[in-house]
Amino acid sequence: MVKPATTKDDAHALFHSLRSAYSATPTNLKIIDLYVVFAVFTALIQVAYMAIVGSFPFNSFLSGVLSCVGTAVLAVCLRIQVNKENKEFKDLPPERAFADFVLCNLVLHLVIMNFLG
Amino acid sequence: MRYMIILSVADLIVKSNIANSQLFSSYLTSMLSKQHSGRRLFTVALTLSAGALTISRFRISSTADQIRKILFRSQFIEFDQLIEFGMAIKVGIVVVLLAVASICEAVAIFHPISESHLSAALELFSPVAGSFSSLEEAYEALRTFEVLGIEKKPDIKDDTCNSVVDTLSSMSSNSRDLYHALQVNGLLKCKTSKDALTGITSRLKDAVKDATSLLDYYHSIGGLLLIKDQSSEVDVLLKNADGILRSIKALSQSDGRWRYSANNPESSTYAAGLAFETLSGVIQLAASTIDENLIGTLKKDIVKLFDSIEKYDDGSYYFDDKHIDSSGHQGPLSATAAVVRGLTTFASTSESLNIPEDKILGLARFFLGIGVPGNSKDLYYQIDSLSHLENNRVSVPLILSIPATVLSLTSKDKFKVKVNTVLGSIAPPLSVKLMQVFSSGSKDGSVLKQELHFDPKEAIHMLDALPEGVDIGEYVFAFEIVLSDPEHKRKFATGGRTKVPVHVTGVVKVDDAKVAVLEGDIVESEKKLDLPGKNDLALSANHLQKLHLSFLLTTPFGKPFKPHQALLKLRHETGVEHIFVVENSGRHFETTLDFLGLVDKFFYLSGQYDIELTVGDAVMENSFLQPLGSIELDLPKAPEKATQPPPQAVNPYLRYGPKAEIAHIFRAPEKRPPQEVSFAFLGLVLVPFLAFLVGLLRLGVNLKNFPTSTIPAAFAILFHSGIAAVLLLYVLFWLKLDLFTTLKTLGLIGIFLMFVGHRTLSHLASASAKLKSA
Repeated sequence: MVKPATTKDDAHALFHSLRSAYSATPTNLKIIDLYVVFAVFTALIQVAYMAIVGSFPFNSFLSGVLSCVGTAVLAVCLRIQVNKENKEFKDLPPERAFADFVLCNLVLHLVIMNFLG
Repeated sequence: MRYMIILSVADLIVKSNIANSQLFSSYLTSMLSKQHSGRRLFTVALTLSAGALTISRFRISSTADQIRKILFRSQFIEFDQLIEFGMAIKVGIVVVLLAVASICEAVAIFHPISESHLSAALELFSPVAGSFSSLEEAYEALRTFEVLGIEKKPDIKDDTCNSVVDTLSSMSSNSRDLYHALQVNGLLKCKTSKDALTGITSRLKDAVKDATSLLDYYHSIGGLLLIKDQSSEVDVLLKNADGILRSIKALSQSDGRWRYSANNPESSTYAAGLAFETLSGVIQLAASTIDENLIGTLKKDIVKLFDSIEKYDDGSYYFDDKHIDSSGHQGPLSATAAVVRGLTTFASTSESLNIPEDKILGLARFFLGIGVPGNSKDLYYQIDSLSHLENNRVSVPLILSIPATVLSLTSKDKFKVKVNTVLGSIAPPLSVKLMQVFSSGSKDGSVLKQELHFDPKEAIHMLDALPEGVDIGEYVFAFEIVLSDPEHKRKFATGGRTKVPVHVTGVVKVDDAKVAVLEGDIVESEKKLDLPGKNDLALSANHLQKLHLSFLLTTPFGKPFKPHQALLKLRHETGVEHIFVVENSGRHFETTLDFLGLVDKFFYLSGQYDIELTVGDAVMENSFLQPLGSIELDLPKAPEKATQPPPQAVNPYLRYGPKAEIAHIFRAPEKRPPQEVSFAFLGLVLVPFLAFLVGLLRLGVNLKNFPTSTIPAAFAILFHSGIAAVLLLYVLFWLKLDLFTTLKTLGLIGIFLMFVGHRTLSHLASASAKLKSA
């Protein structure tokens, strides 16, 4: 009698396959992913803080969350553009993408600092 | 009639509020018996009630309106309430006044010129800086002084004479200036040379020949006439008198007015007056006798002018110019003055001018009715016209004046009448008869024919005893003047029957006054009152009882008397007042306050009420406003929907006093979280950053791709430092900088950064491309 495959086993198997696939990604993409995770976590902590103490300086809360989310979004765009497997951006040199990333981040943070109050 | 309104209104206002009304009523009576013109009293009465009101002209448009205006201006709050409750009284007064108005139109008193005119003249004509501003004004002042008999000061005389001599000798003066200078010269008699006068005569004669407008004729003819009076040696006679008369007459109009010149269509009565003066001057200066027919037509023109005369209710006649003409003369006073001058000078040149005597008397009354005018020109017109009327050849008006129109029965005053000419001189021998006495409200008066006794020392006609049946009240006495010498009948204008309003005052007896508290119909407690003395009642009643007040009022002759005000006022301790009218039947006055019906009206307020009784009238010498004491009222509790008592008037001095201080309430600051929580989360936020760094290390980041050769390395370093600088700038921006400086600096750093970054990244790109190809 073969043991029926439980969902727990399936989850484990899925998780393992994902993990092994992920380790194949190039390092620079992993750095970008780490950066995105960092930004999202910071945003989540800010939201939790607001949930606890109330949203009194609402503009500050918004600017904080927006900076995290914005920079995460820009990092994702950078990852898309830098990824060599992405056929769409084959001709775009990665340094150019990085320069765009830096510029957009600087503009974003100017706006954030203004809105921070 | 105006007089009675004034009295009743002033009395109403005074009596309603002043506690010591007796003092004020006696003050008012003494004021009335002094020698004042009606206008002056009107001013005084209004001042008493509502502050200063200056009246320089005289007519009141409608009496009812005026009463209403006075009432609204009254500052006494009680008085307004009084009017609400005294509706019966108000209606009564109006009815009385209307009745009086319907009886007679000419019920007014005119006084001849008096001391007040002298003092006004001295005040109004005081020259500025020692001399008059123009010769015209100088003439007006000097003429007024001459008529009133005031001495001229010698220094003014010298100054004015200098001005006169200058004008007469100067070649540039036109006929107008010469005319005014000659007028002043006639009064001051300055030293002028015969040659100067001869020279002026020839200039004026030329001016007459060349004259086209009425004013040219007026000034030149007037000048020639004045020279004729001032110097007998100069020849001023006119050769072509007929022609001049005809050319002046050509300017006349069919309605009696005159035009100023042939091409100017505007005409006025003032011009007509000037024309007649000029015409009479021409007649006097004529070298040869003038055609009688021409003079006849001129007389007809004067009579035609008198068709446009207008009349006031009190018997004064006047001329009014409806259109303001170019010389700026306007108004009835200047027009009437001009016509009077023209008429009297024309009448002095020829006999038999057919003007009815009542019109001349009416004109005199018009000028006297002004009282004392407020400005110098009006005073001049008034005095000058009256002096012309004083001894004119048509008919001299005689004025019947009453020094005192209020008689007191208690002090047994005798009624006095004066008859004078307009300037106050003695009249010819005559007798005054009292023909009729009308009491207020009746059209028929008892017909007497009582002759007044003449006192030659004081030149006053006195009524020895008042006619029978003249009790206290308001009356109209009708007098007639009978001249002793029948010859004088043609010369003097007496005006038929003259009606004057008279007030007879006296002490009203208050008898048998008592206050009672009734239970049903049974008298519970009754107290006698001493009116108008002091009383101090202390009653008490509840809402089921009634308060009854009664007294008798009798006149000195024993007849029943109904005063203007018979009011009972109850005033609560909180200030709420209620006023009740005391009704009468004949002599007996009583009122019953049924508290059961008044509970709602009293706003269910129980407590102590002060009682006050007011009985007052213009002819009652002992009017009183007496507090009678107090009554303790016990009323039931107010039901849910009862009306609230009206809020009491705020003390006006408190209204503008300092108000309560307002403390600004600042916006409550938002609740901030405690500091520990904030710091905890600050640490918590840094945790992902640390995790990021740790993760980077775990991933094995390295700086292998960092360029090693010098220049690219320098650029790379500059690139990173540029980014760091921008981030530092942002931190500074958050901390203290403003957006503008930030943007400026950001722009500079950004340019630098773009250049540096471009170099670095292109170097890196080329390095990686080399690596790829290799």
